[in-house]
Amino acid sequence: MDRREMEISRREFFQKAALSGTLLFIIGPKVKDSVAQVTESGETITHHYAMGIQVDKCIGCGRCVNGCKIENNVPREPFFYRTWIERYVITVDGDVVVDSPDGGISGFPETKEKDAILRSFFIPKLCNHCANPPCVQVCPVGATFSTEEGVVLVDKDYCIGCRYCIQACPYGARFLNPETKTADKCTFCYHRLAKGLVPACVEVCPTRARIFGEIGVRSSQLTRFMRFNELQVLKPDLNTEPRVFYANLDGAVK
Amino acid sequence: MDKLIEQLQHNLSQVVGFIYPNEIELHWGILVVVYPYITGLVAGAFILASLERVFNVKEIMPTYRLALLTALSFLIVAPLPLLLHLGHPERSFEIMITPHLQSAMAMFGFVYIWYLMMVLVLEIWFEYREDLGRWARSGKGWKKYLHYLLTLGSLDHSEKSLRFDHKAVTFITIVGIPSAFLLHGYVGFIFGSIKANPWWSSVLMPIVFLFSAIVSGIALMILVYGLSTLIRGKSIDMACMNKLASYLLYVLIIDLSLETLDFIHRVYESVESINIMGQLISQKLFISLIVVQLLLGTLAPISLLVLSKFLRLPDELKRLLFFLSAILVQIGIFSTRWNVVIGGQLFSKSLRGLTNYKMELLGLEGLLIAIGLLVLPFIILTVMVKILPPWKDQKPAVS
Repeated sequence: MDRREMEISRREFFQKAALSGTLLFIIGPKVKDSVAQVTESGETITHHYAMGIQVDKCIGCGRCVNGCKIENNVPREPFFYRTWIERYVITVDGDVVVDSPDGGISGFPETKEKDAILRSFFIPKLCNHCANPPCVQVCPVGATFSTEEGVVLVDKDYCIGCRYCIQACPYGARFLNPETKTADKCTFCYHRLAKGLVPACVEVCPTRARIFGEIGVRSSQLTRFMRFNELQVLKPDLNTEPRVFYANLDGAVK
Repeated sequence: MDKLIEQLQHNLSQVVGFIYPNEIELHWGILVVVYPYITGLVAGAFILASLERVFNVKEIMPTYRLALLTALSFLIVAPLPLLLHLGHPERSFEIMITPHLQSAMAMFGFVYIWYLMMVLVLEIWFEYREDLGRWARSGKGWKKYLHYLLTLGSLDHSEKSLRFDHKAVTFITIVGIPSAFLLHGYVGFIFGSIKANPWWSSVLMPIVFLFSAIVSGIALMILVYGLSTLIRGKSIDMACMNKLASYLLYVLIIDLSLETLDFIHRVYESVESINIMGQLISQKLFISLIVVQLLLGTLAPISLLVLSKFLRLPDELKRLLFFLSAILVQIGIFSTRWNVVIGGQLFSKSLRGLTNYKMELLGLEGLLIAIGLLVLPFIILTVMVKILPPWKDQKPAVS
């Protein structure tokens, strides 16, 4: 094999690699993100779910809030949310004005600080499915728990409705469901995950501001998101180890 | 549910700044204020009773049995506010059957049962065993049988058995003091261990709870002893009253020092939450914290007690000052509980806004139920005093 042949084959190699890489990039996440509970050999795979939020992409349309309410039968009244959107307006004077009218379900009215805005952005919020969840720690009967996949759930047939978990959540992600009289919160749409679907809020987001996937799976959208962005979590000082990661999160967000 | 929504609409209209949308509902109301207030009275009354036993303070002997019965009456009521507050009270037993051991609240069942059965009931039984036997032999009517039943058949009144009773009571009291500390310190820990809430999250919380418990227990015994003696038409033992008032003054000063330390520590550290805490105090808690808890409930009784201690006042006036101080202390300690429980929920965990608490009058979690729960222990105490007269000065008639 002379040098010229070597070069050609190298070129071919790169061409093929690029092609297959592109193909993998397109179909890869679809394959890897699908929820396969049991392999052909009968092995159970444990998934480690997480969500990424691209702050720059959220337009505050509220479709995620509405989608979540419909999908999960969350009471429609504006006091109960599994997910919601906050709008931050930082004025030229450095004041931070935050609002979330009806959880942002119908979008946002025009800001009052029109002429004085330095910057403004939307922050989708939901349960952070913490790896070190204070809500799970305080539940007196163990009705709220972390699944193997790292999803924090509430057993509504077991919850006694003491509301200690609501007090313990630093993010305001929990509420007492007025119908069941038990603690309620985001489940990452666990029922959809079991069918290989992504959570409703991710599904309906028109700008792909929300990315759902598994931690540790190399070729997934989530891994790509985590690789190419600087990530922040909410209230890191509380050591709750959230599994909802924000890209380009402003320091004003709490 | 419509009522709840109506209430939440009202709360929403009262919000200042920004709060998370799920925070508009305030989750722990007046009943959760009543709970630590009652357990505090239990722990305080018991610790006072223990002083006589363990440290041999003879002056407060007249309050010993009464304090035990008072503690028991309040302890019986203690779980009721929690039970009424639960979304699913029918599942409450799960706390005892399948407790989640990492949860501070899951310990409630064990601490409660331990304190009720192993400390209070046992101590009262050994303390009354001799009397119960005597009343069972010499009494009349249904009481005779009730007393006999309460002896559990133990009618041995030999020197040896009475010595054993005495030893048992002393031993239980020694075990009981840390148990009382545990009971109320644990209630403080339930709040103090919530890192999500900067108003609650403090290592001093269990200790502040404990000392405020002792304050409220002593003040309660001044009232219960004083009033019950007046009702019986007997004269109040001033040596006992003076001693109780002195203890009340000392513990009030410790309590105030701890609260002040907590306050100074927070202001000096001045962490992120300090601004919203400042707004909370000035906008939402000014009356209940500064006026009622600090001025009326702490500084006023301290001044009255100091006056009555150092001025040569006639006994009648002294008693009046003691009663007044004790009432002020009760109001102050109730405010303390209010400021912790309600105050801790009036600001957003986003640290950007304040919300509102509108107390219901009627309803399961309303003011009337709360008042009922605070009156109930006194009814139980009245019944208990009839069955187990705590007075040493008045032996029941011997037939």
